[in-house]
Amino acid sequence: MTFDWPTALPLIFAGLMGLAILIYVILDGFDLGIGILFAVADDAEQDTMIAAIGPFWDANETWLVLAVGLLLVAFPLAHGVILTALYIPVFVLLVGLILRGVAFDFRAKVPSGKKHRWNRIFFLGSVIASLAQGYMLGVYVLGLDVGFGGMAFGALVAFCLAAAYAAMGAAWVIYKTEGELQKKAVRWLRTALVLTALGMVAVSLATPFASPRIFAKWFVWPEMLYLSPLPILSAFLFLWLWRQTFHLPKPDDRHALTPFLTLAAIFALGFAGLAWSFYPFVVPDKLTIWQAASATESLAIILAGTVVVLPVIIFYSFYAYRVFGGKATDLTYD
Amino acid sequence: MDPLILSRIQFGANISFHILFPTITIALGWVLLFFKLRYNATNDSAWMRAYFTWVKVFALSFAMGVVSGVTMSFQFGTNWPGYMEKVGNIAGPLLAYEILTAFFLEAAFLGIMLFGFRRVSNRVHTLATVLVAGGTTVSAFWIIALNSWMQTPAGFEMRDGVAHAVDWWAVVFNPSMPYRLVHMLLASGLTVSFLISGLSALRYLNGDRSESMWKALRTGVFTAAVLIPIQILAGDQHGLNTLEHQPQKIAAMEANWNTGPNVPLVLFALPDEATKENKFEIAIPDGASLVLRHSTSGVVPGLNDYPGNHPPVFPLFWSFRIMVGTGLLMLAVSWSAAFFLKRRHSLPKPLAMLMVPMALSGWLATLAGWYTTEIGRQPWLVTGVLKTADAVGPVAVSHVALTLAIYLILYVLLLIAYLGVLVHLALKAAKDGDASPLPGVMKAAMSQPAAGE
Repeated sequence: MTFDWPTALPLIFAGLMGLAILIYVILDGFDLGIGILFAVADDAEQDTMIAAIGPFWDANETWLVLAVGLLLVAFPLAHGVILTALYIPVFVLLVGLILRGVAFDFRAKVPSGKKHRWNRIFFLGSVIASLAQGYMLGVYVLGLDVGFGGMAFGALVAFCLAAAYAAMGAAWVIYKTEGELQKKAVRWLRTALVLTALGMVAVSLATPFASPRIFAKWFVWPEMLYLSPLPILSAFLFLWLWRQTFHLPKPDDRHALTPFLTLAAIFALGFAGLAWSFYPFVVPDKLTIWQAASATESLAIILAGTVVVLPVIIFYSFYAYRVFGGKATDLTYD
Repeated sequence: MDPLILSRIQFGANISFHILFPTITIALGWVLLFFKLRYNATNDSAWMRAYFTWVKVFALSFAMGVVSGVTMSFQFGTNWPGYMEKVGNIAGPLLAYEILTAFFLEAAFLGIMLFGFRRVSNRVHTLATVLVAGGTTVSAFWIIALNSWMQTPAGFEMRDGVAHAVDWWAVVFNPSMPYRLVHMLLASGLTVSFLISGLSALRYLNGDRSESMWKALRTGVFTAAVLIPIQILAGDQHGLNTLEHQPQKIAAMEANWNTGPNVPLVLFALPDEATKENKFEIAIPDGASLVLRHSTSGVVPGLNDYPGNHPPVFPLFWSFRIMVGTGLLMLAVSWSAAFFLKRRHSLPKPLAMLMVPMALSGWLATLAGWYTTEIGRQPWLVTGVLKTADAVGPVAVSHVALTLAIYLILYVLLLIAYLGVLVHLALKAAKDGDASPLPGVMKAAMSQPAAGE
């Protein structure tokens, strides 16, 4: 492979898009998860949980806009193919995101009698959005197979991702709260972890059988050796985190952030595995990243801006998280 | 029904719903900054109360704008894949810069602006307000640049049927861009000033005479009174620009069928494209020539010069008139209100009652204006480059119809909820007046907390 701009730019943008998606699933993952956990929380707990994500969710969701935006601007051909094939699940996702996004704001502003309604909508929207994302991921992994097999696999991934988001949500609650709610969140985390692990095992077993192409990418020597740390490390982190749930919360709130970071690491490992399964396709089996890419000069001008802006975004995102660091308190506008 | 029409209705519904909220947030960010700067200068907590009331409206509008904007960005792919395939090399970078330079900035600092007053220093909180207001405006800049490029494309060449940029400066600052941007920013300013005036008038009618109500009311009324004549001038200039670059759009807006001098200004008519004539026409002789060419014998383009290549006449003619009519009503109401506030230091009850429904006049005028300019681009999606019919995707009619129906139900319910909350917030503010929301805790009034609190 020669290294020149027309070769490198699509690769760089595939990397950036992957990064945006990974950051999205980690960050929006926890606030979607908190929405899912609304099902098992009482009124006061719901208020605290909302306070734990209030200042962040807008910025979190922006990473999805960036990821779809990068797909749109860097790989316009793929954007059309993927989104027309996933027309209905994309629509379901959007309805979920709309409901969740507005419910979040409405619940704090409506007369108190109507708050319950918006809490339910927040839960519903979070569940719908999570399931739709998982379903789309599953269908996409199999090369946009929309037959019965693809749908069944999509449903499996949907369940797994929703469970994983619930785990992220629980881990965030452990980090941001204290007392009874924190203890409860540890139990939520344990249940969600078991469900996530079940889902992940099922997905890992199903993937290579569902796609001969992915099978061929993983089960050859010596790639198998290089790739083996991914599943081994993931399994280790899973087990370790599961054991940790029996010791949390610890005195002086030590390691309150550990579950969240561990889950983020597991997400990153799983994501790296997925990325390897796809490469070099942006639409599996149909379009490579080079076939789908925009003109080199357009990518160059986007990259110029990205190189300047991305560090700034990361810097002020950290700043915003720091300002609202510590345990969640009641969220008020004044 | 044919999928093109359904997809167009769906896109029209989504963009109509979406545009309502950026129209508010673009200018409301600057109004909030004004409140904050007045508070910083005077230390008068009434300014801060006005800020806290309106920052909630900002938050809700921002959330509505974000979720409907995400919908839009997906829809390019789900319904209009031909768009990015053909002009993605131009649209891509502009959209990318919108996300990179504006969207993240707003989203990250919104949290500090909304909830951070007691967590960061006063200066940082002001800075967050500046960044959010600036972000919304920068966002508008990029989106308007792209939209204007679709109206009056420049700075590109076609290679193998795909547009490639050759001069980015010419792409961004295309011929209609400055006019459209100014017109839109002023429209946003007017929408917000009438919203603030209207909801403050509602508070006034409910007996609220608190300082924060007066401050918001005056801000809204005086801003509207100043902006509306500027908007009329800017709109006139925008019209002249359209005449130069998109004469067929002007011909449809004026329902003028034949090119020639001494063209009348049609006030009322039912244009009929089948017979190419206006029914029930009421017109001012030479009016259109005078407005568009600033001379009674000025030549105005006619629709018959553009057979099969001009936008639909009826919707253009009427949406344009709704926009102008609403604008004239805004002029009358804002100047009357400004007169009473300035000279009499009061607001007559009938005027206040008129101002309440006028709270939504900005939305009406903005929507009508957008229909004029967007429908006016048809049958092109990108003028001279890509027809709308060639961009639509291979999606089943049943899917488009089903999703359209659900979107419409969702949007209507959300709009009702949104307006309900606005009224609720105004009535709540009217009841509370200038009272502190958390008596006791707020004893130290507006003081900033110590670091680390």
